[in-house]
Amino acid sequence: MNTENNNAIEVIKLKKQFGDFVAVNEVSFSVHTGEIFGLLGPNGAGKTTLIRMMTTLTPPTSGKAVVGGHDVVSDADGVRHAIGVIPQALTSDPELTARENMAIHAKLYGLTSAERQRLIPSLLESVGLTEFADKLVGSFSGGMRPRLEIARGLVHSPKILFLDEPTTGLDPVSRTAVWEMINKLKESAGLTILLTTHYMDEADRLCDRIAIVDHGLLAALDTPTRLKDSVPGTDIVKAEFDNPPANWNAALEKLDGVSTVTAQDGVTHIASNSGPLTVGALMDLAREHHVGVRRVSVQGTTLDDVFLYYTGRQLREAASETLRRDLSHLYK
Amino acid sequence: MKFQRIFAIIERDMRKFFRSPALMMSSMIFPLMQLIVLGYAFGGKIKGIKIAVVDEDRSAASRDVRQRFDAIVAGPQTMKIEDYNSLSDAETDLRTGFVRAVVYIPVDFSRRMEEGNRPRIAFIEDNTDNFVTSELLTRMQSLVQDINQGLNPFQPGQRLAVAAPRLNPLVDLQIVEVYPYIEYIKYLLSGSIAMSIFIVAMIGGGITFIDDKSRGLHEGYLVTPIKKSELILGLIFSGAFKGLMAGTTITLIGGLIAGISRLWDPVRLVYLGMVLTTTSVAMLSFMFLLMVRVSDPLVPRAIFGVLNTLLYFPSGAIYPIEGFPVWLRWISYIDPFTYAVHGLKALLLKDAGFQAIYSDVLILIGFSVVLVGLSVAFFRRQI
Repeated sequence: MNTENNNAIEVIKLKKQFGDFVAVNEVSFSVHTGEIFGLLGPNGAGKTTLIRMMTTLTPPTSGKAVVGGHDVVSDADGVRHAIGVIPQALTSDPELTARENMAIHAKLYGLTSAERQRLIPSLLESVGLTEFADKLVGSFSGGMRPRLEIARGLVHSPKILFLDEPTTGLDPVSRTAVWEMINKLKESAGLTILLTTHYMDEADRLCDRIAIVDHGLLAALDTPTRLKDSVPGTDIVKAEFDNPPANWNAALEKLDGVSTVTAQDGVTHIASNSGPLTVGALMDLAREHHVGVRRVSVQGTTLDDVFLYYTGRQLREAASETLRRDLSHLYK
Repeated sequence: MKFQRIFAIIERDMRKFFRSPALMMSSMIFPLMQLIVLGYAFGGKIKGIKIAVVDEDRSAASRDVRQRFDAIVAGPQTMKIEDYNSLSDAETDLRTGFVRAVVYIPVDFSRRMEEGNRPRIAFIEDNTDNFVTSELLTRMQSLVQDINQGLNPFQPGQRLAVAAPRLNPLVDLQIVEVYPYIEYIKYLLSGSIAMSIFIVAMIGGGITFIDDKSRGLHEGYLVTPIKKSELILGLIFSGAFKGLMAGTTITLIGGLIAGISRLWDPVRLVYLGMVLTTTSVAMLSFMFLLMVRVSDPLVPRAIFGVLNTLLYFPSGAIYPIEGFPVWLRWISYIDPFTYAVHGLKALLLKDAGFQAIYSDVLILIGFSVVLVGLSVAFFRRQI
């Protein structure tokens, strides 16, 4: 472990190219020891490729990644001993019981019988699966399987845990349970956790720091609070107008306290130092220009606004764009 | 290399295997069915072939010939005789399939016999079925030989082609059979045993491996410190163990069905174990090398039949390799099935010792070493 600069992971100009397609383009960041670090971005942004390079599953095209003090290329075995990985695809064997899955994984890490006897029951207990320990994993509900994956990923007491979209496809109750477990792990085991997600609320609630990834590039990196503060204006006023004139957005930008105005899907996002004052001024301006106001709301800056600010589009828009790209061959 | 990791992979596979007995059943049902159906279908003596006899001579000599046919009908029952009055009717029925051959005794048969002027009997055959043709020809040659040697008509229980010439022959051929008569089901057994191991290799080593890969299960192992060689050896050994279980079961059940004598001889069982073990490892290594770069679950299913044909038939399991054209012989030389079948036949049909199988065992071991080496070289540890 690299303790000198207190970084568990160092990623320097890491790049992955598949033919002409650049999945990850010279991304650099550091993950501090003991923090929960989130890679936030839509599907296809390059998050999984990044995590696969850091976990030695995919060789980088260029650049460098040092995980737990070990280079992912020259000391891949050292990396594998230092990390626990919960891949996006659930990788526990459905034909084996939870305990058997844990035991076989423990043996692959060379744990002795005594260590297995001690660790497996306590890990299963920590993820609330003690009573299901001897049940086949194939019979587990959607929420139980990720918990088992997390327990299995911790069986060799790693220093760093990688979670690739740990709550994708889970119902809200299961998602909350996984979030609580990740928080508990960080506090009790002092783990460094790197997770990828495309859920804003997940990143906001769990992560100490967030890196926004889009099109294989790092768009921004900071704590959720600082990222939100970095968006001009402390409040976002969202309004929908009837028949606004051509220069309407420019007129809105001239209002007191307003820093930026962007329009998305017929909704105008106005970043402002004071939401309520901007709403009053906005209503006056609308009356003056005979513009109808269909809806108006004020909210504090969210990560969605951060994503919009740094990438020029909303996360859901990016996701649907990725989907369109993935399915484009169907329309040829 | 850490054996604990290899054993972990073996343990995982064996636990999964014992939870799905369908694999074991399916790997045994097909070879057993094949053994029983093919063994009895091809193994039986051909009986009741319809023969038309047209006797235009109607003499004592022609009645003697006719009597000899009746003796065959009463004895080995190879033929059923239908008397016809006209050759053209008989030929019509031959062409329409009502009879398989026509024996024609011409009107001058007895006269020529008395004159010693090469009396002739015509044998007109439907030669579209080699098995029937071959059996009929053997009977006819034996019958004519008996007439020439002045033997009495064939009696039930009497052996054919008894070498007891009336005149001193130039060469007296004595035939000594080393082994008792081998029924076809016994001949087929070795191939069925090898087939059961092949099916386990195909399902356990091919289909399950690719399915696990496509379900992402392998990703879970690839992020651990397991080495390529450990993962491959674990998968091959677990598959080979399953193959050994299937092969042993078919050896014992098939051996009982086929009536292999002294099946429980402990020394022979040890030798059988050696051949079955090396065959299983070789088959799994072969399958693993084929599948090492495959990720589409449809591929092993699609090539199942192709591989079966390409490995099973050229192995000498159902027909001797000596009868193959050169290109097919080359396939049989590089086919692990060939050495498995050869070793198993030596043990099951000839009750031979280690000397008869050691070359097969060595070739199968060499085969496995090369294939495992190639599999390790070609296996991609990264995605």
